Amino acid sequence: MDTLKISTGGSVDAGKSTLIGRLLWDTDSITDDRVAAIKKASGENQLDLSLATDGLLIERERGITIDVAHVFFGSAFRNYIIADTPGHFEYTRNMITGASTSQVSILVIGADVGTEAQTERHFFINNLLRIKDVVVVVNKMDLFDFSEEVFENMKRSFKSMLDRGEFEEQRITFIPVSALCGDNVVHRSDSMSWYKGPTLLSYLDELSVDTFGLSKARFPIQCVVQDPEADFIGYAGKLLGADLSVGCEIEVLPSLKRSRVKGIQVYEKHYGRAVKGSSILLTLEDDLKLERGDMIVKAGESPLVMTTLVGVLTWMSSTSLKTGVVYDLQHGIRRVKARVDDIINKLNPDFSQKSADDDALNMNEIGRVRISLDGQIFADPFEELTVNGSFILIDPNSNDTVAVGLINGL
Amino acid sequence: MSSTAEIGTLENEAIYILRETVAQFSRPVLLFSGGKDSITLVRLAQKAFYPSKIPFPLLHIDTGHNFPETIKFRDRLVEELGLQLIVRDVQSTIDAGTVEEEVGLYASRNMLQTKTLLDAIEEFKFDACIGGARRDEEKARSKERIFSVRDISGKWDEKSQRPELFDMLNGKIEAGQNVRVFPISNWTESDVWSFIGKEHIEVPSLYFAHKRLVFIRDQMILPVNDGVVFREEYERVEERVVRFRTIGDMTCTAAILSEAIDVDSVLEELRNVSTSERASRIDDKRRLHGLEERKRSGYF
Repeated sequence: MDTLKISTGGSVDAGKSTLIGRLLWDTDSITDDRVAAIKKASGENQLDLSLATDGLLIERERGITIDVAHVFFGSAFRNYIIADTPGHFEYTRNMITGASTSQVSILVIGADVGTEAQTERHFFINNLLRIKDVVVVVNKMDLFDFSEEVFENMKRSFKSMLDRGEFEEQRITFIPVSALCGDNVVHRSDSMSWYKGPTLLSYLDELSVDTFGLSKARFPIQCVVQDPEADFIGYAGKLLGADLSVGCEIEVLPSLKRSRVKGIQVYEKHYGRAVKGSSILLTLEDDLKLERGDMIVKAGESPLVMTTLVGVLTWMSSTSLKTGVVYDLQHGIRRVKARVDDIINKLNPDFSQKSADDDALNMNEIGRVRISLDGQIFADPFEELTVNGSFILIDPNSNDTVAVGLINGL
Repeated sequence: MSSTAEIGTLENEAIYILRETVAQFSRPVLLFSGGKDSITLVRLAQKAFYPSKIPFPLLHIDTGHNFPETIKFRDRLVEELGLQLIVRDVQSTIDAGTVEEEVGLYASRNMLQTKTLLDAIEEFKFDACIGGARRDEEKARSKERIFSVRDISGKWDEKSQRPELFDMLNGKIEAGQNVRVFPISNWTESDVWSFIGKEHIEVPSLYFAHKRLVFIRDQMILPVNDGVVFREEYERVEERVVRFRTIGDMTCTAAILSEAIDVDSVLEELRNVSTSERASRIDDKRRLHGLEERKRSGYF
């Protein structure tokens, strides 16, 4: 069975935790011992399904989820991992973290309040990360007598935002639910016969995940594997972007030397073709003396060799970005020193742009920046090939990951 | 034409993580307990670096209260694969007087392992400890990163974890810090068993149904082992057909009634089971937030 990774977004009161709790409950994914713990914590009240995810002590104290928690559940068709991210403003960085590893996004809005600033921010981040499949769950339909009109109003208010932010390949689905009562989450609602679409779970089960954009093979070398006795040199790494076959003519960055794929293997088994996403061991016809951080691509499909770049940066540290300061930039597995020369403008989560009013980017701010590198990276624009178009910045003093960047043109 | 499409996403991810660990750290080590998760890690490491040997040693923190089957299995695996094994005993830590042995009904050495582990990290200057923890096991683990930075005292601070974006892993640390690496973070118990089945990996016989002398306490089935597992006189010994879902220190691992005699029947059992894996861990039951508090203090 395959595993689908889901990110979730929504404001604090939209009922996101209850929705996740409902998904778990109705798919029988909560085990007896946990059910007992939830019952105990709910006390005399109605079973509080939101407790299925709000686990850490610190959350009890504050009454909110604070970090990315990974929640597991399964249906007859798939395994799911939800990156549960918080809905309140100051933890945008966690939301991006969760979304960056997800294939589909669930946005929860409450039928009582509708689209809020926080919903916009979540949707903005979905789009920034080019998440193709978004399902907008209109929750709390039970508060409005399961009214079709309320649902249509919610759709309309969300769509007014779409005009500003949607990208071409994006697929957006709206589902009316009541997480509290269990309508249209796993089981079809008896109270909304006017709704003919899928329940949330059947939507997820039927979703075919295909990435969009260019299809180009990128093979960054993680380790060189040697066996001197057998005169063996192989290159270990994870293949990104497109498949690669034995016999294929390849080109190597940065040397631009060419050779052919001699063998593809994983452990003791040899393969004729490696599909994208596979961790493989690659051998070449010629000994090109490659090392970690070099990249193998199909001949004629070179990525951009960059020493400067323009990118969209999301700042994730309480220590603000300062232009002119040197950071470590990690693109995939390759690290180079980098300096942000200029903040071109800041991006508002409502899809408008504002010009940079100072030379700093603060925690949770998103800005378009110009960066110069003291080495090369072999990258693609994020919107063309997402798997080879992102990077992180590391503060060399604290070693913390302080920003994530999306490469956007030269 | 044969293609790597047959290999699962989770396996590809785990191999990628192991390779990053070896590339980014100078002294990695694999924390080996003899349980199915660490056995799975050993196979993944074989696959990640083949045809080279696994480029890091195994570290076993031995409480002295392990099942004899586990130790026998460990020693055979190490010999067959030509691995380097380091064993550090909790008994030595107790003898050195830095920790105190627990007494009473729930006495266990499970907590004491932490000190022995931190001492071993210090002794060998390990900078990356690869472990088989999974996010589905327990709430406190569900927030764990793939590369989880620990300070000098081994502490985990869930508020200041590094964000992990896409598949980029930042293993930069200062001297004295170390990173706990969790390659099978995203696996479930069933994923582990499917992998064990697919790869024909041998696991200790404790995982499959067998007759055993046990006694029941707090609705848990505890193995009888006098001198190790404390038992009151009134706690009646009986023979049952059981298996273990997790294998830890004997004092904190309960058995389940089971007829599952092989991987397929274990997988079938898991499809119908309604208790979580860690429900058979006595140490988690002692307090509601057991694992989380132990993690803060440096427990693996």
